[in-house]
Amino acid sequence: MSEAAVGSVQDELALVRAGRENVTLLDIFIEFLIIGATSFGGVVPYLRNNLVTKKHWVDDKEFVQLLSISQTLPGLNATNVAILLGDRLKGWLGALVAIVGVCLPGATLMFIVGIHYRSHGDHNIVTSMLKGVAAAAAGLLLATVIQLGQKSLSHRYDLVFVLVTVLAVNRLHQSVPRTLIIVGILAILWYHPRRVTPVSVTQ
Amino acid sequence: MNQIPALIRVFAYLSLLTVGGGMAAFPELEKLTVNVHGWLTFKQLIHLYSVGQMAPGPNMMMIVAIGQWAGGLLGAIVVLVAFFGPTALLALIVGRLWTKLEKWPWRESIQKGLAPVSIGLLLAGTLSMARGAVTGWTTGGVALAVLLILLWRKANPALLVVGGAIVGALVYR
Repeated sequence: MSEAAVGSVQDELALVRAGRENVTLLDIFIEFLIIGATSFGGVVPYLRNNLVTKKHWVDDKEFVQLLSISQTLPGLNATNVAILLGDRLKGWLGALVAIVGVCLPGATLMFIVGIHYRSHGDHNIVTSMLKGVAAAAAGLLLATVIQLGQKSLSHRYDLVFVLVTVLAVNRLHQSVPRTLIIVGILAILWYHPRRVTPVSVTQ
Repeated sequence: MNQIPALIRVFAYLSLLTVGGGMAAFPELEKLTVNVHGWLTFKQLIHLYSVGQMAPGPNMMMIVAIGQWAGGLLGAIVVLVAFFGPTALLALIVGRLWTKLEKWPWRESIQKGLAPVSIGLLLAGTLSMARGAVTGWTTGGVALAVLLILLWRKANPALLVVGGAIVGALVYR
């Protein structure tokens, strides 16, 4: 079984090597444009499916690593992954065509929607639908945050930082940057290097 | 009045606050675009943000509409560049340094420490947005239904938002 596993890892590496060969800027642009135009309801699963499974431009391990870099940095995950992967494929130009490709369809669509909403947004039927849309979007966003939290929070203590952040912004009306800097520094210090490796905190 | 410089300033600044996701910047987005610059109303912001959830691609594309309202086509383009430029450059630089940072002991501390703070910011942003979206029993019910479906079933979120539109059309007509 372990031999098979080793074999499959080598297969995957070979596939990625072959997949990355001869990739042109146009290939990158078109692939990200397709993802940008079809990724309804969240870009990351589409990125993974198209770039790891179909194109073999990156293996799953590298993809997860790129995603975790994306989550630590400011910026949307979708565009950060596009930048990181585009750069690895074809340098900064690869990064540029990747981010333009992934943003272009949605941006064009929202440009048109914006114009129409401005002229028809106060029609009764539109307002009624938008009420439902906004409510559904609120549920969707909350679900996303909960799922993300389940994945990325490792300790009960993390919930304290979550709570302090929410209270600072929503109750104490502190600005986002101030909260980010103060609570961020406290949390990073809490996880200072000597604490991280030996997980002394009881689960 | 020319709004282009203000659009650049506001969206470049918001860009750097999107730690963990676009929602983290929502409270500042609300403050700057609605209260400070008056480019749109809170209700319009909620509507655009929600409609944006149905569009494909990265989920903050509704900023294009704000740029368009405040500054036409140029405004829309300027907003995109200001919002995605700074973080793209940062990702490019950090992405290249990342392997070198592998041995830096604080790297893991930063990742672990920022995780709960970014979740907190996302949650704070979501609650600010929900304050405008959930206004009564029906909207509360729709939000709760979508939340529960997504937590217990695999469903396409964009379709659920479309479902919300249908419920809205039926209930509030």
